[in-house]
Amino acid sequence: MSQNFIYFLWDCLQYFINGIAQGSLYAMVALGYTMVYGIIRLVNFAHGEFLMIGAMCGFYALRAHLPMPAAILVAMLSSGIIAIAVERLVYRPIRKSGRIPALITAIGTSLFFQYFGQLVFGADPKTIPPFIDEKIYNLGEINVSNVQIAIFCITLFVLLFLFWLTHYTKVGKAMRAVSFNLPAAELMGINTNKIISFTFFLGAALAGLGGMLMGYTMSVEPMMGMNLGTKAFVAAVVGGIGIIPGAALGGFIIGIAENLVAGLYKSSFRDAVSFFILILILLVKPSGILGKNMKEKV
Amino acid sequence: MTTILEIKNVDVHYGAIHAVKKINLQLNKGEIVTLLGSNGAGKTTTLHTISGLLTPSGGEILFNGAPIHKMPAHKITSLGLAQSPEGRQVFANLTIRENLEMGAYLRNDKKEIEADLQYVYRLFPKLKERESQLAQTLSGGEQQMLAIARAYMSKPTLLLLDEPSLGIAPILVASIFKAIKEINEQKGMTILLVEQNAYLALSVSNRAYVLTNGEISLQGSAKELLANEEIKKAYLGH
Repeated sequence: MSQNFIYFLWDCLQYFINGIAQGSLYAMVALGYTMVYGIIRLVNFAHGEFLMIGAMCGFYALRAHLPMPAAILVAMLSSGIIAIAVERLVYRPIRKSGRIPALITAIGTSLFFQYFGQLVFGADPKTIPPFIDEKIYNLGEINVSNVQIAIFCITLFVLLFLFWLTHYTKVGKAMRAVSFNLPAAELMGINTNKIISFTFFLGAALAGLGGMLMGYTMSVEPMMGMNLGTKAFVAAVVGGIGIIPGAALGGFIIGIAENLVAGLYKSSFRDAVSFFILILILLVKPSGILGKNMKEKV
Repeated sequence: MTTILEIKNVDVHYGAIHAVKKINLQLNKGEIVTLLGSNGAGKTTTLHTISGLLTPSGGEILFNGAPIHKMPAHKITSLGLAQSPEGRQVFANLTIRENLEMGAYLRNDKKEIEADLQYVYRLFPKLKERESQLAQTLSGGEQQMLAIARAYMSKPTLLLLDEPSLGIAPILVASIFKAIKEINEQKGMTILLVEQNAYLALSVSNRAYVLTNGEISLQGSAKELLANEEIKKAYLGH
């Protein structure tokens, strides 16, 4: 084999690893998208803005000299609380008005927070340091940082946690029941509004966590939710929206594809490739990779 | 006899459609009462209004003497009123045991829940065999059994059953009705049954009401109605 080809393989491996780390973050954000969609069939376009608000609050917590774990907690809580408020004040009143009004409301909410963010936090980008001191390990021709490994492990942990929650706890089983049939769940005595609030909280808290972990690759600014939210949405749809493992799978695929294309070809194609994958999936399997072709419930 | 449920002059509207018109209905503790009627007569609407999935536009509903017609469905369930909805509506994505656990969602008495689980497994042994399978793998009749068992698991004092025989093999229908009778006799649960299979329903009931175009057109003891010429013509097929 020629020397060039071997270097090419090393490069691929490097981009693949970078892709897994970035994909972990997309996955974390996509989880919230997919959970909210699963429970009330709403594509919550304001999900990226929940992330932005969490990251902003986390940034100010750090500036107030809170330690990193506390700042992450602040970010998760503020994302979660804003999500509960938005669900209660904006989405709940229009929940029975159909899907198109809900979709438009979600887009409106997203825009509202983008500009509200500029007003409150200012438009200038802010930097969050990596959540642990970065160390880089050289393995042969590739570099792996402990931040990348930690992000991957945290995402795996979150996935396991969600599996445990939805299969072994009362509230988690109720989430699955509500997502399948809301009126029937109500008849069981389940306060479905509370379960929906909880789902929004949980999904947004994960977005807040993702926002803080992203600090090492990108800066925090009021419009950040737009790009990230769209990527996470694409990841959720690619994996099969409404399906928790699907969101994770979609996140990894998008992350890896972006890094391979940006590294091996042109970085300006980074954003295009995720939409290319989206179009491909919608053409071949519209319900997503793990999605089933669900019959409408009668 | 004590009254457990009283429906007074209840109206229900779907937008401009007046689905249920000033109906009056009363259930005594320990009874099985059937609500008969053809498709579109307002039977399911009446049940959904009792269980709180719909809100009446007029009149009141008293459960054990207290008004419930403005409460959300989950609150009404917590008072001891459970509904097995039309078309089963089991959680297909949950296992059979998880469905039953959802039925007992409001309860915290672990030992009693386990005892009730064993009771419904005795009533419907099929459910026990397939405890850890997803509900979507059950046949229609088995799903109906699960829906009734799930409603039972909240340990209600009043059980509403919407068309338990709909689209189910005759052999399973017989065992479902046997179970309904048993729940009523052994556990003293009051049951309001909505049915199209009039003969079967009347044969297990104490009393019945007939709903026609949203109004109560006839009521009486099950025996009277079984002998009634109009009922025979309309529902019993002779």
